[in-house]
Amino acid sequence: MNIIWMLVWIIVLFCVVMLHVAYATYFERKIIGRMQVRMGPMRVGWYGLLQPIADGVKSFFKEDIVPERADKPVFLAAPIICLVAMMTSLAVLPFAKGWVLADIDIGLLFVFAMSALASYGVVLAGWSSNSKYSFLGGLRSMAQVISYEIAMGMSLVGVMLMAGSLNLSEIVEAQGDSFLGMYLMPQCIGFFVFFISMLAETNRVPFDLPEAETELVSGYSTEYSGMRYAIFFMAEYIGMMVMASIGTICFLGGWNGPFPVPFFPPLWFVLKVYLFMFIFIWIRATLPRYRYDQLMGLGWKLLIPVALANIVLTACVKAVIG
Amino acid sequence: MTRPIRQHLEVPVADGDGERYSLRMGPQHPATHGVLRVDLELDGETIVECTPQVGYLHRGFEKLAESKTYAQGLILTDRLDYIAAMANNVGYCVAVERLLGIPVPMRAKYIRTIVGEMSRLCSHLLWLATHALDIGAMTVFLYCFREREILLDLFEELCGARLTFSYPRIGGVRQDVTGWFIDELQRFVDIFPSRIEEYETLIDTNRIWLKRTVGIGKITGEEALDLGLTGACLRGSGINYDIRKHQPYDAYDQVEFAVPLGSEGDVYARYRCRMEEMHQSIRIIQQCIDQLPPGPIVSPEAPELVMPNKAKATIQAGRSEYGTSLIRLIRERDIFLNGDVYVATEVPKGELGFYFISDGNNRPYRMHIRSPSFIHIGALSQIARGELIADLIANIGSLDVVLGESDR
Repeated sequence: MNIIWMLVWIIVLFCVVMLHVAYATYFERKIIGRMQVRMGPMRVGWYGLLQPIADGVKSFFKEDIVPERADKPVFLAAPIICLVAMMTSLAVLPFAKGWVLADIDIGLLFVFAMSALASYGVVLAGWSSNSKYSFLGGLRSMAQVISYEIAMGMSLVGVMLMAGSLNLSEIVEAQGDSFLGMYLMPQCIGFFVFFISMLAETNRVPFDLPEAETELVSGYSTEYSGMRYAIFFMAEYIGMMVMASIGTICFLGGWNGPFPVPFFPPLWFVLKVYLFMFIFIWIRATLPRYRYDQLMGLGWKLLIPVALANIVLTACVKAVIG
Repeated sequence: MTRPIRQHLEVPVADGDGERYSLRMGPQHPATHGVLRVDLELDGETIVECTPQVGYLHRGFEKLAESKTYAQGLILTDRLDYIAAMANNVGYCVAVERLLGIPVPMRAKYIRTIVGEMSRLCSHLLWLATHALDIGAMTVFLYCFREREILLDLFEELCGARLTFSYPRIGGVRQDVTGWFIDELQRFVDIFPSRIEEYETLIDTNRIWLKRTVGIGKITGEEALDLGLTGACLRGSGINYDIRKHQPYDAYDQVEFAVPLGSEGDVYARYRCRMEEMHQSIRIIQQCIDQLPPGPIVSPEAPELVMPNKAKATIQAGRSEYGTSLIRLIRERDIFLNGDVYVATEVPKGELGFYFISDGNNRPYRMHIRSPSFIHIGALSQIARGELIADLIANIGSLDVVLGESDR
């Protein structure tokens, strides 16, 4: 019986997340449209609301091209690796008290592991495409993930120390339900590092170097078409949501809000996640792209030392205050 | 039938130090601004050798012009730098006028100066848009197009076309400006400085923008002169050379403006030069509007070389005698001299020169175009060597090349 319930929840979660992903693209196009003095989607449905559905259908029916000398099995598997890794992370996210598929004690580590796994998809896509642009994109992705994964992991050590747990639900509980309890303020340095690493980890502007369309002509995804191309972007958007959720859980107090919402407890959680999503999009509309070596420099020379200092500081304060 | 053997690209595996990785960037590439191909030899992402290849858009304009009368040759110049077609038209007209010794009425000179500067704004706006997009700043791209659209609407009001105008004519301009045009241009001149500030707000003090542009693609003044660079690429390196100042044509000697100079010769200096040039263009346009004199728009010395009132009347009456009357005029009056002339004008991208050899015929014996983009592309290999792929993109953007002008 439990297994059946679990399956039902998985399907519900899958549907809800896919719908969110579809409409995150709409959300992005509309917000960027507003910032760039244009309309965004307007044709399909009321105010273009059916555009994501139309895009999905179109992607599904587009020709699936595999380059002649590509490493076919790897080429076909790469987008699926990305998607599966990102989808799996969703299992441990607590959307509200008790609203979690797998309430495991190593939730945070699990999310890291899965997001790191997603970069394998990108690297393999770059390698197997047998295109020089894709290859460079794959290499860039590998180096980027290594440097920013470390900074991101370290930025959250402070949160782990304060909460005394790796379980995501317990991290939220430890912050209490007041505004002042949020780890955003005591862990502001950690949040700064986490936020920048989060952009890099999800390949978003200004760190979208693996796909850099003006340099590498979309990098690792150059040779992909139709649904396979769309899967990469599904994974990217799920990645954004996962990272936004981790930010919400670790720094913004998770599902807690000014007052409890009786019929839909995850309301505050969803609002906070969308706040992060909005910032992702805002940054995309504002900032130019870093150069590759500058990105590496920022990761290794600024973020990692700052994150390390934050760990020492947090540990010292915790040792003194208790 | 046997299938042709295809060459397959293989991703090479590095097996030792010093192994180079070759990459063909373009001609279909979003950042090569048209159909430029750059052959790169890479060490990692560092460029060891950079060889620009042009010719994918070659249309043989120079040869084609030899089979056209001087008046007919004008339409070819629209297709050179199609971003700033009006400036090319003006350049061609100035060159032919100097060859034939045709004076231009003052009103026409002012109108040409206005459209030439509007053309500069169009070109610089498109340059800023694409340069910023190359570096990843997408919003500036759309903001620039918003303003460019106003200018294109004004051009449309002026001559009915939005891209290939052929509005200036040898000895004047095709038709007079309307009151609506002047009013709307004045409105544009009033709002545009605040729009430039808007672009600068987005990128000018942005740390990432500065990191991507300051110190990148450095060219010293001497190098720039050796390479034959002109326009903002030369002025960004601190060399004060602007044909509008040094060999004024049209109404440039009647207006006041400054020539913006950089000192570092890097991508940022070239960017700043062009941004300042936009301010100066607005200044020039404002002065031209204020000083616009009344009078004819076509020189009486060359009535048949432009669309004259007489010819207009015959066309309206249903008889197009423009071409035949032109030929008759040429035969009757020996206005074409033997000899050659090189005349250069300052187009948005630099020095656009027309070299004509005339044998007394109504068509040029030989026409050669000195196009700035072609020269600038030649400088790319020197600038890009030792830098990264991402810097190459920034450099191509900062040189502001248009392949239509390079591959004539």
